[in-house]
Amino acid sequence: MITIAWLTIGEAARRRVLWVLVALALVAVALTTWGVASLLDLGRREGVSELQLRLGVSQILIFIAFMFGFVLVMTAAFFGSPAIAGDIESGIVQALLARPLRRSSYLVGRWLGLAIVIVGYAVLSGLLAIFAVDVVSGYRPPNALLPVAYLAGQAIVLLSLTVLLSTRLPPIAGGAIAVVAYGLAWMAGVLGKIGLAIGTSGLVGLADASRLLLPTDAMWQGVVYGLEPAFVIDAIGDTPAGRGNPFFAETPPSPEIVAWAVVWVVVVLVLATSQLRRREL
Amino acid sequence: MLAMPRLSLDLPAIDVTDLQKRYGRIDALAGLTMAVGRGEVFGFLGPNGAGKTTTVKLLLGLARPTSGGGSVLGAPLGDLATRRKIGYLPELFRYQPWLPARDVLMLHGQLIGMPRGRRRAAADEALGLVGLADRAGDTVGKFSKGMQQRLGLAVALLGEPALVVLDEPTSALDPIGRVEVRGIIRQAADRGATIFLNSHLLSEVEQVCDRIAVIDHGRVVAIGELDDVLGVSETEIRASGLAAADLAAVEAFGSPSLTGDRLVIRPMNPERVPDLVATLVGMGARIHEVRTGRTSLEQRFIELVAQDRPPDGTPSATVLR
Repeated sequence: MITIAWLTIGEAARRRVLWVLVALALVAVALTTWGVASLLDLGRREGVSELQLRLGVSQILIFIAFMFGFVLVMTAAFFGSPAIAGDIESGIVQALLARPLRRSSYLVGRWLGLAIVIVGYAVLSGLLAIFAVDVVSGYRPPNALLPVAYLAGQAIVLLSLTVLLSTRLPPIAGGAIAVVAYGLAWMAGVLGKIGLAIGTSGLVGLADASRLLLPTDAMWQGVVYGLEPAFVIDAIGDTPAGRGNPFFAETPPSPEIVAWAVVWVVVVLVLATSQLRRREL
Repeated sequence: MLAMPRLSLDLPAIDVTDLQKRYGRIDALAGLTMAVGRGEVFGFLGPNGAGKTTTVKLLLGLARPTSGGGSVLGAPLGDLATRRKIGYLPELFRYQPWLPARDVLMLHGQLIGMPRGRRRAAADEALGLVGLADRAGDTVGKFSKGMQQRLGLAVALLGEPALVVLDEPTSALDPIGRVEVRGIIRQAADRGATIFLNSHLLSEVEQVCDRIAVIDHGRVVAIGELDDVLGVSETEIRASGLAAADLAAVEAFGSPSLTGDRLVIRPMNPERVPDLVATLVGMGARIHEVRTGRTSLEQRFIELVAQDRPPDGTPSATVLR
């Protein structure tokens, strides 16, 4: 399993797309930092209060996180969907699995390698963005690692789904289905927020069900919560505006939903292994 | 009934009984039974779709039989630990295109549990064996198809496995490469490895194999030492003064057929040629030329497959052992 994980990391590191993504992340961080600095400068000249400026910066950070989150999810889909299907289609898997290598070790090794790449990318780009904004604005989320961890968690959940799909579907189909599922789960989360704001239990139930089926939105709520300053949560937490805002989270995801996300990943990997075991190569 | 093989089958490298594999409604293997002795170079022949690659995949555990079973190197089919002792060149030979050739071999060395300190030397040795020593540091993606097949052969031979399964090992090679591969196969056999050669290149099989099996419709239709399977000799005589009505008189020598002035009797024991000639002369024929020969593998292969497919299209149940 570790051999395959290392092999997968080496494979990802040699793919140009990873380095293009890293370069784009650096450009995005640079542009964001410049944008935040300009905005603060303008705000101060216009006499905007420091409190409002901090609120603005935290919201910008959340938007940046949303963009990074989407890039991470796309990266997970892009790398995860051919992880198994590509090896089967090309025939590479035949030479590997004719060796004393369990299919479960091969699959978990592929997943682990990609998970390490994605977590590494999330941690580096996420912390860099938070650090850069801190330097120009003096604002830093209460716990910088928390939102980054949820950002990576969101991508890991989607990576697991794409790896499962990869055991049965061609790479493009698996990647497309995973991205659409992510989009639907996010939309369900937004509808749940609206449901909370206008008091519609049906929409809230839909969002809850969606989080059980694909817990990416629960992770996204963790990202948002982790980037917010405490005073924002205190000020608008229990207002309809706060409850209905997809870029605001009053509370972090519950320990139960975080535990479910972990169980969900394990169950999906067990399912993926079972699918691969049954597959004729 | 063909003669017993030269090598002992007491401890076979491969032994399968009534192996069946069904894909949906298609019977890829319909009761394959065969044994391959240790140290043999065994040729596995069959027309397209006969079940050759399916058999290889079942032997290696890449697919599971619908019914039946067997053993490879004394362990059940697909046994994980036994795969350390098996080298495999797939028909679809593809290796990580972004890895240098040496790294591909070192990866496989790691997978078979080769000690870390030995992997590089073993990789270089295997690359040297297949003529890729000077390309060890080049990435596989830069290799031609023929070079990738050579690399696959090196992977299959890495660590001196007890059983080497080669699925069409020269399909991408030029004639010089094919000759070299035949030498490599013999070299591996000389060190005691069993070679299972799945090929439709009859000349290749004819030149390197000790024993062969011919399969069709997922069953063995002939198995034995090459000489025994090819053992059908024929006698061709160019004679004048013969008519179709005279053929009955020579049926005692074998099955005759007359085309123009050419009389062919098959099968026929070459020892009986003088008697045949005497009989024909006695009948008033004039003999211009006599030629005895062995059936080519190609001809025998076509016969066996045709024999397995009677006019109604149903495969024959006859299995030559």
